Amino acid sequence: MMQNLPKRYIVYGILTAVLLCAPFFLNRYWVDVLNNVGLYAILGLSLNLIVGHTGLFNLGHAAFYAVGAYTAAILNTMYHIPILWLLPVCGITAGLFAGLVARPIIHLRGDYLCIVTIGVGEIVRIALINNVFDITGGANGIFGISRPELFGMKIRKPDEFFYLIWFFVAATIFLFHRLEQSRFGRALNYLREDEVAAEGSGINTAHYKLATFMLGAAWAGMAGNIYAAKMTIISPESFNFWESVVMFTLIILGGSGSIPGVLLGAFLLIGLPELFRGFANARMMIFGAAMVAMMIFRTQGILPPLPRKFPIDKIPESEGTP
Amino acid sequence: MEEFFHQLTNGLAIGGIYALIALGYTMVYGVLKLINFAHGDLFTIGAYLGLTLLTSLSLNQYLGAFLGVLLLAVMVMGLVGIIGIILDRAAYRPLRQSPRLSAVVSALGASIFFQNAVMLIYGARYKFYPQGILPRIALNILGVDIPLMRILILLTSVVMMVALYLFIQKTKVGTAIRAAAIDQGAARLMGINVDRVIMIVFLIGPALGGVAGLMVGLYYGQINFTMGWVYGLKAFTAAILGGIGNIPGAMVGGLLLGVIEALGAAYISIAWKDAIAFCVLIGILIVRPTGLLGERVAEKV
Repeated sequence: MMQNLPKRYIVYGILTAVLLCAPFFLNRYWVDVLNNVGLYAILGLSLNLIVGHTGLFNLGHAAFYAVGAYTAAILNTMYHIPILWLLPVCGITAGLFAGLVARPIIHLRGDYLCIVTIGVGEIVRIALINNVFDITGGANGIFGISRPELFGMKIRKPDEFFYLIWFFVAATIFLFHRLEQSRFGRALNYLREDEVAAEGSGINTAHYKLATFMLGAAWAGMAGNIYAAKMTIISPESFNFWESVVMFTLIILGGSGSIPGVLLGAFLLIGLPELFRGFANARMMIFGAAMVAMMIFRTQGILPPLPRKFPIDKIPESEGTP
Repeated sequence: MEEFFHQLTNGLAIGGIYALIALGYTMVYGVLKLINFAHGDLFTIGAYLGLTLLTSLSLNQYLGAFLGVLLLAVMVMGLVGIIGIILDRAAYRPLRQSPRLSAVVSALGASIFFQNAVMLIYGARYKFYPQGILPRIALNILGVDIPLMRILILLTSVVMMVALYLFIQKTKVGTAIRAAAIDQGAARLMGINVDRVIMIVFLIGPALGGVAGLMVGLYYGQINFTMGWVYGLKAFTAAILGGIGNIPGAMVGGLLLGVIEALGAAYISIAWKDAIAFCVLIGILIVRPTGLLGERVAEKV
């Protein structure tokens, strides 16, 4: 294990360097594709906390993404608060909203939770279309969101957004990596592996589940803020069920519970199809078939999480209780 | 009052359709403990196959309206049933021993595959059923004119559900299905061919979903490749409402959901129609997760 580490770091280092230089040799279109990849990487990482680490099936993640984006858009267009200042506000709103809706349903098992989160996602979307509280702008959404500004510099072009988004991706990776190693993260993994045993070893499962759900949702809310800033127009259709499915699939495809896996998933699912624009129609059909084939031939995803130093099934007894 | 009665019959007709689709969910969930996300798309396929067969064979011209539609329904049921079996073979059978999540993802993949396959074959636009296949008469019941179509839909779905119920309760194959639903391992030990049971479930469920698609086509006249998703989700809600895994439950849940939705659309707001169904879903899962007719408490949630 330990001998492998430096090699891995070299690979990651090269990849990061290539990525950082990307705007210099790619045209605008492809930089924008990379921006989308980054955005979905953030969303995927946030959902990965819920699905990959804790094992809660959430197929309504787009709802929290939407709450963040709409919070940013409404506060920005009505009160002209600079959009990037709203990042924490969006995170907190989406997190609290998730806490509110998840509180009564978080105890539901596997696929029941999955179906309820789909329901929540749809209700949020319908509420947005119906112009709830007269502030969401109905089916047309909200336009005229102002461009973000950083250190007196307006961020306008895709290359400028590129650095903003990928900085956020890097920060997310760092934070979630630390979280994974922490007592909290390990508790989540026990919970995923065996809920009854986790409860038995003193983990307050309901508390942990709710906390992860809120944290993941808060992160999606912040991604929503960035999305709103990037697009300057948002509408309910950007937050429909298939958006949630894409987030869910990129985790499963890349390797659920693994950060490099989620990043790879985002590249494969968001970036790769751009190469096949010509087959736009058949693309989704092939994608569906690939999902089935993937589950049959490589259930754990392309880059599953590496075994820990203490694999969960070989934890010495004294370490058993986190 | 007349408005109420109108909405009630409309709700019962739509509810009958939901109930038919819900039966497929409930049977598959009962035996495999899997939400078959692709089930809604099998319903769409039923609607499109019905349209193709209707326009290419014009059975109703040779056999008369009712016999023609009946034969059409039988053909659609057979074809969608076969697609259901293929779906199980290709996407679910290899995953019998895998974790729950894999099967759910595979189901989602199959759903995307079917939806886009239908779009590629038939195009993304709305398709229209020819008008006047079944005579547009209205029956006068209690002083209110009720379109014949509604009564036919309700009648067809009730007949099918009763037939299915009797099949499950009275026949040997039905007993095998019930046994496999309770405990697959034990059923296998008793000499039941569980793989065959699952095959039968994947024949009957999609067949009923397919015929529901045909009925939607005949009732509303327009179909779209994405419609299976909303119908599927609502039918799943109906299955949960009645108690998933429970066949009379699917029927009661379907009819009830249809009525709630129709009345909600009429008296609250039509724009919130879809949201009402999902609120019912969340409400029932919070208050009574086993559904109205569900019994097996400990296993479910």
